[in-house]
Amino acid sequence: MIQALLTVGLVALSALAVATFPRSILVFLLFQGSLVFVYRARIPEWLRWSLLAVALLFLMPAIGYFNGYYLEVATQVGIFVALALGLNIVVGLAGLLDLGYVAFFAVGAYSWAIFGSPHANVIFGGSGFPLAGWWFYVFLFVGLGAAAITGILLGLPVLRLHGDYLAIVTLGFGEVIRVLANNLDKPINLTNGPKGITPISRPPTPFGLPYGEYFYFLVLLIVVAVVIVNRRLEDSHIGRAWEAIREDELAARSMGVPLVRMKLMAFACGASFAGVMGVLFSAKQVFINPESFTFLESIGVLAMVILGGMGSIPGAVLGATVVTVLNLQVLKGFSLWLNELKNAGVTVLGYSLADLPTQFEPAKYERMVFGIILVLMMIFRPQGIFPARRRQRELAR
Amino acid sequence: MPDTVPSLFEARSVTKRFGGLVALHGVDFALDRGIASIIGPNGAGKTTLFNIFTGLYAADEGQVTFRGQSLLGLRPDQITALGICRTFQNIRLFSNMTVIENVLVGMNSRISLRLWDVLSHSPSFHRTESDLAARAVRLLDRVGLQANANVVAHNLPYGDRRRLELARALASEPALLLLDEPTAGMTQGEAGALMHLLRRLVADLELAIILIEHNMRVVMEVSDRVTVLDHGEKIAEGPPREVQSNARVIEAYLGTRGAGSRGARRA
Repeated sequence: MIQALLTVGLVALSALAVATFPRSILVFLLFQGSLVFVYRARIPEWLRWSLLAVALLFLMPAIGYFNGYYLEVATQVGIFVALALGLNIVVGLAGLLDLGYVAFFAVGAYSWAIFGSPHANVIFGGSGFPLAGWWFYVFLFVGLGAAAITGILLGLPVLRLHGDYLAIVTLGFGEVIRVLANNLDKPINLTNGPKGITPISRPPTPFGLPYGEYFYFLVLLIVVAVVIVNRRLEDSHIGRAWEAIREDELAARSMGVPLVRMKLMAFACGASFAGVMGVLFSAKQVFINPESFTFLESIGVLAMVILGGMGSIPGAVLGATVVTVLNLQVLKGFSLWLNELKNAGVTVLGYSLADLPTQFEPAKYERMVFGIILVLMMIFRPQGIFPARRRQRELAR
Repeated sequence: MPDTVPSLFEARSVTKRFGGLVALHGVDFALDRGIASIIGPNGAGKTTLFNIFTGLYAADEGQVTFRGQSLLGLRPDQITALGICRTFQNIRLFSNMTVIENVLVGMNSRISLRLWDVLSHSPSFHRTESDLAARAVRLLDRVGLQANANVVAHNLPYGDRRRLELARALASEPALLLLDEPTAGMTQGEAGALMHLLRRLVADLELAIILIEHNMRVVMEVSDRVTVLDHGEKIAEGPPREVQSNARVIEAYLGTRGAGSRGARRA
């Protein structure tokens, strides 16, 4: 009861605080933290889920009204949550280390980018393109399918590989897709090379929603769908087969798990989530080029999965949130703060920060701090923030 | 065995080489019902034989049939689906999954749900899942693990892990069960209880069992027939009493004075 009041109070208070101080990162972090608290608190399930629904459906867009950037952050978080959940299937459940995951995101993104922009006229001739905005919804499924097929194409040659070898091949695959995107501007100009594709059409928004809110809600909808699909897969014979493969491939085969089919299915399912988000990403950004799909992005998504807890859905969601917020807000804020100190000429231990050589530019510490956080996490909580918990079955007799 | 009706399981002149080493040399084996044991010194090729029977290895020569159908070239999961399942000498459970989940994985080849059933939670999904869970509980009951259904497998004591492996193998509804040293590391009492269980399984489920076993007391007590392998060759086969007194078997196991270094090494 006390916890229930406390959670409601905390969410309301933090939301109010964000409205009052729309510029403070700390206050926004408090709001996000309150949602994690709601998820973990010992309160009735109906209260938990209605609180989360209210916070995500009403409070977050309201906050976006005061500071549009926060809505952008939330949208990015959602995109990465879907990516992390997809990779979680491949790495966390099936135990197939994939270092080229962003390739599937790229496949989805380019599928809409090409047909949703005038660029398709260059390929097919005529002036029939870009496709009308509503085709975007069709392409969410096209992107899903294209990425799933790409996943199977990647899966086929790596079926016999494990661990390090698999990691290297998938890494190479990710690079191949990026390099293809970079160079397929000749002989046929498919991707427009490093210049990228723009402008990419956006769908007409319902109820005259601004695009910020529209993409936020769409991302939220897709994330909810992805979570449901993920949970259903996990709690089925398919999920159990994936985990069995992760635990002991030889035993799994001997117990009747069709290895090839299950591995390909893991690759395809994981990839399809990235494909959908890729389509959305390209529409949201209006412009894409190969730079958005580098190796670092794959590693970033992998870091989210590991940080959150491999094989755990809440873990992947939280891991994606933490890493994205760290990257977009906390570490940025940190380096801005250091910069202010520097510009103000604050002295530390008798040394004026204003004299710092340019090599020690505060902005350069962002990645280092992120790395330190990862290292500390792996030392002190290697199982991740929310490790996978075994489902306890009610045994009706 | 009558020649007209094909036996349940039949292997004919199975040969397997690893490089220059001949692991199995023209081994014949057939089983219709009951419990047949395969014994032999370490390195005699017993587990290799199992690996060929279950599709993990490909035989270089010979033929293996189950209910008249050839098993050579089939994948392990296809062989399991036909009705042959096994346990492993060095227990290979899915360590981070719960006891009941381990058993549920064993049922994989008996599940005909499609991806769409899983995603849409169709009525057949719910029906299948509750059937599976009920069957899994019954199996755990049989091997005496019902109280540990939600325990993560790597937390089980050793003897229970062996029992769980048995339950997991039974989950695929096999007609032929291959057990690789199921009593290894068990006390004589535990081993006896397990053999009693196997006898009941044979009676209740019309199961045929091939047993690889080092515990001679167990072998003599439970087997209908014993096959002895040595250096990849079958050196004796027959009822336990007969095999026990076979001169070649005694030589292979204990080594005789005239057997030289080979016998001495194995003693």
